[in-house]
Amino acid sequence: MSTLTSPASEDAFVAQQFDDIEQQREAAKLGMWIFLATEVLFFGGLFLGYTIYRFTYGQIFVETSRKLDVILGGSNTAVLLVSSLLMAFAVRAAKLDQRRMLTWLLIGTGLLGCVFMSIKGVEYHKDYVDHLVPGRHFEWHGADSQNAQLFFWIYFAMTGLHAIHVTVGIGIMLVLALLAWFGKFSQGNHNTVEIAGLYWHFVDIVWVFLFPLLYLVGHR
Amino acid sequence: MNSTISGSESMKSATELIVERPGEFARVNYLSVHHGVRSWLLTKDHKRIGLLYLFTILVFFLIASIAAALMRIELVTPQPKLVTSETYNKLFTIHGVLMVWFFLIPSIPAVLGNFILPMMIGARDVAFPKLNLMSWYIFVAGGALALWSLVHGGVDTGWTFYTPYSTTYANTHVISMAAGVFVAGFSTIITGMNFMVTTHKMRAPGLTWFRLPLFVWSLYATSLIMVLATPVLAITLALISVERFWGVGIFDPKLGGDPVLFQHLFWFYSHPAVYIMILPGMGVISELITCFSRKPIYGYVWVGSASMAIAVLGFLVWGHHMFVSSQSVYAGMVFSILSFLVAVPSGIKVFNWTATLRKGSIHFATPMLYALGFIGLFTIGGLTGLFLAALAVDVHVHDTYFVIAHFHYIMVGGMVMAFMGGLHYWWPKISGRLYPELAGKLAAMITFIGFNLTFFPQFILGYLGQPRRYHVYPPEFQIFHVLSTAGASILGVGYLMPLIYFIWAWKHGRVAGPNPWRATGLEWQTPSPPPEYNFEQTPVVTGPPYSYSAEKDVDLDLASI
Amino acid sequence: MDQFRLFPPQASTTSHEVDALFFALTLISLFFMAVIFLPIIFFSVKYRRGSPADRSNPRSGSFLIESGWTIGPIFLSLGLFAWGAVAYFRIERRPENAIDVQVVGRQWMWKLQHAEGKREINELHVPLNSTVAMTMTSQDVIHSFFIPAFRVKQDVVPGKYTGEWFKPTRTGEYHIFCAQYCGTQHSRMIGRVVVMEPAAYERWLKSGEPTESIVQTGERLFHDRGCSGCHAPNSQFHAPLLQGLYRNAVPLANGTMVTADDQYLRDSILQPGKQITAGYQNIMPSFAGHLSEEEIMQLIAYLKYIGNQPPPSQ
Repeated sequence: MSTLTSPASEDAFVAQQFDDIEQQREAAKLGMWIFLATEVLFFGGLFLGYTIYRFTYGQIFVETSRKLDVILGGSNTAVLLVSSLLMAFAVRAAKLDQRRMLTWLLIGTGLLGCVFMSIKGVEYHKDYVDHLVPGRHFEWHGADSQNAQLFFWIYFAMTGLHAIHVTVGIGIMLVLALLAWFGKFSQGNHNTVEIAGLYWHFVDIVWVFLFPLLYLVGHR
Repeated sequence: MNSTISGSESMKSATELIVERPGEFARVNYLSVHHGVRSWLLTKDHKRIGLLYLFTILVFFLIASIAAALMRIELVTPQPKLVTSETYNKLFTIHGVLMVWFFLIPSIPAVLGNFILPMMIGARDVAFPKLNLMSWYIFVAGGALALWSLVHGGVDTGWTFYTPYSTTYANTHVISMAAGVFVAGFSTIITGMNFMVTTHKMRAPGLTWFRLPLFVWSLYATSLIMVLATPVLAITLALISVERFWGVGIFDPKLGGDPVLFQHLFWFYSHPAVYIMILPGMGVISELITCFSRKPIYGYVWVGSASMAIAVLGFLVWGHHMFVSSQSVYAGMVFSILSFLVAVPSGIKVFNWTATLRKGSIHFATPMLYALGFIGLFTIGGLTGLFLAALAVDVHVHDTYFVIAHFHYIMVGGMVMAFMGGLHYWWPKISGRLYPELAGKLAAMITFIGFNLTFFPQFILGYLGQPRRYHVYPPEFQIFHVLSTAGASILGVGYLMPLIYFIWAWKHGRVAGPNPWRATGLEWQTPSPPPEYNFEQTPVVTGPPYSYSAEKDVDLDLASI
Repeated sequence: MDQFRLFPPQASTTSHEVDALFFALTLISLFFMAVIFLPIIFFSVKYRRGSPADRSNPRSGSFLIESGWTIGPIFLSLGLFAWGAVAYFRIERRPENAIDVQVVGRQWMWKLQHAEGKREINELHVPLNSTVAMTMTSQDVIHSFFIPAFRVKQDVVPGKYTGEWFKPTRTGEYHIFCAQYCGTQHSRMIGRVVVMEPAAYERWLKSGEPTESIVQTGERLFHDRGCSGCHAPNSQFHAPLLQGLYRNAVPLANGTMVTADDQYLRDSILQPGKQITAGYQNIMPSFAGHLSEEEIMQLIAYLKYIGNQPPPSQ
């Protein structure tokens, strides 16, 4: 069943419940895809809430969206896209058994994730200073402050949930980088990197949807 | 499947394990191979994990049953006697939360599914055994949070957590209870994912999709729902917790939010959730009906497809919980017609089970009694679902005891009886010993009688107009409550009996041997109790499931095996 | 009302409609129960282990039979659906020329007010054979106004208006129940509907303290709370005039059109910035917190009244 011609050490990586490495790999990949499907539905509830209120309160959503910094948001989009590129290269490096390259690429991905979080932090801080964080200190100088708060609530909920996922992803990248440095992913044992790549790409794609919906509503 | 009805020859050809003579207790098995608490708490064996789940859900079932008992005792009189209204409201909340999320949803999948599924497909374990163990710990953590909430005074929102009551007005421990359910939800997701990957990737050679036992099909359909619906519950519970904690959110009308949006999000999960709760039960019934009529299932493809149809259609009907919620009339119509249609695949299953009995050789062993009881009670529960799908009637009976009777017929008359049937059926495999058959039959019948006495009067109560979640009620409704409580005490006896005799049978039951029911199915091709890795060599499947022959088995006496 | 029964009284036109469908469903259920239980019992006896029945050549499926018991129930379902939907449409559609009653639910009581101004708490007096239409909202959480004898129920939701109507056909007293769990005293949020002969009802209406009608109260509020300060022809502020507005189309600043129904009027009072009329600025202050639910409904009743007047030429 296995098409690999690798030596006996290959089988040491096969867990007891599996018949061969191919089955184990395919199972792990399928598992990750199913997990990502659950994540789509997890975010889906928030996207639904956003859609409904955008439809109901179109005007105020345009005005509040203008308060978000498109430059920072746009930079974050670029950061994540580049990080996904690095991740794709990392998977390739793993397949080609390039240990050092793999380690650096994983670190790079994680670092760009940190850049994303920093820019996000700057944005959040700015919103805090501008009294745009929903709650007691929220201030909106314009009509319809109730629904303005609604927009910002949704904004913080969606980007916050996304940021949690990015943080988890950064953690995964750093752990993988460490393991890669010590040769864990050599000799064809690249499945873990591939699966982590799937997760990172998913986190990227969620942002690619979040950015236009939240930031670009008011900017034509 | 290889025919496994007679003798040890076919067993030897199927596997090359250390042969135990038929009728012997396997001394080296998954229970004896490791000892000590650590070997249980760190196990990766799906069988042990199934037992861990069994023990845990029993604890929650007990607590939730006590809550039900207190409610039923209180409801004997129209005015309060036992508890305050506040306490009563907490009782029905904890009853619902624990029964739905900490008993029914895990029951068959996490106990019987975990134990039997890998064996049924000829695998050594599930795809991700460590994740499987983690799912149990997550389940326990969620349960601990829920119990923490209970111990500190509980929650009085109902298991449905409707806003704005739950977010703004309730002054009970909503967040910790919601957190408990949130955490337990991840256990469900992991289990579902595990089962799906296991079924896709780890079937024995020759075991094509259309040779799978129907229990596997139903678990697969269940897993699909678990994986897709539960995240929506998770985000919904997170949203109400955040809204409650910070005072801002999307459900508060004072902020322009819509409290009915919560209902959409909640029911988008919770309706599919009820199919999580019934589909595995239906899968068990297919196994029981075939074995105890000694016949292949009638309409295999239709029954299997019906499971998938229920899973898909189940996602499209959530709005039937909201016909009078201020949802638009046209939305109501769409949900109504889809709700009628989702009843059709369930009906197909019932017809097929009935047809399976024809020209069978019917054994009235305890599992079969539970299976027949299931068909009866599920049919009644399902038919009353049509009343609820009919818009004009639902306006009247929505939020009354009619609904309570309907879902208890399905959940208790259906699912719990299926769980009991499956437990009795696979008990010899799990423990190596048989339960006492006479006591089993008696308990099944007591349960059936007690159940009907408890819940049938509630249909009448509901149409009369008694709303649900009422602590006090108008005196003219009393007789129905008295009947219901009487039934509940009988039902309690019916549940207590298996608890006692299963424990007794663990040590003192008659030794079962590998296949006391002479059933087909790869799980019966192992000794009882099975060894740690189920099969020494992966079995090979050469034919369809349920290769029974009633004609040949007409003299078979399962009770004497 | 407190008499023991097995079946609720049929006290409205809707009761008969709903009960007819209920009985049909019951008969159909009994039919299907027979179709399933009788064969089960029959097969269990005939084919019990050891019995001499003929078990040769059992069938494992039949496309014809499966299609039959799939398609049959589908058509039956469509029929039942249609019946239920048609009846439902009638139940939900507010009829014209009904007696108006305004209902505000709150933890844990029902506050009702007739158009003539008379208020009730947890009780609703209505005349026999007249259509009564209720406009309802909640002050706090979601409740539900349920009259089993009339077979009508509707959730009462904060922040929006829901409607419920009925036409009583029998005098007597009937339960009102709150049917959506709303907190500690949910099961005590009950009351009674008193259906009276029309003459007795008129007498009852005139009894007690004289009251101004809801429309009159609304007009008084319109002036006292400052609405007429802007919404009047001679105002220095450019605000839409409200004569002829009710139930007509309103062009919005963002180019869309909406209908000025109760919900629109309520939102305009509480969240004026939500929908700006075309040609006007977003300068109206919000009255959230300054008006009770009853007062808002009274204002809307007044706006409904002047909504029947011709719109002013601008």
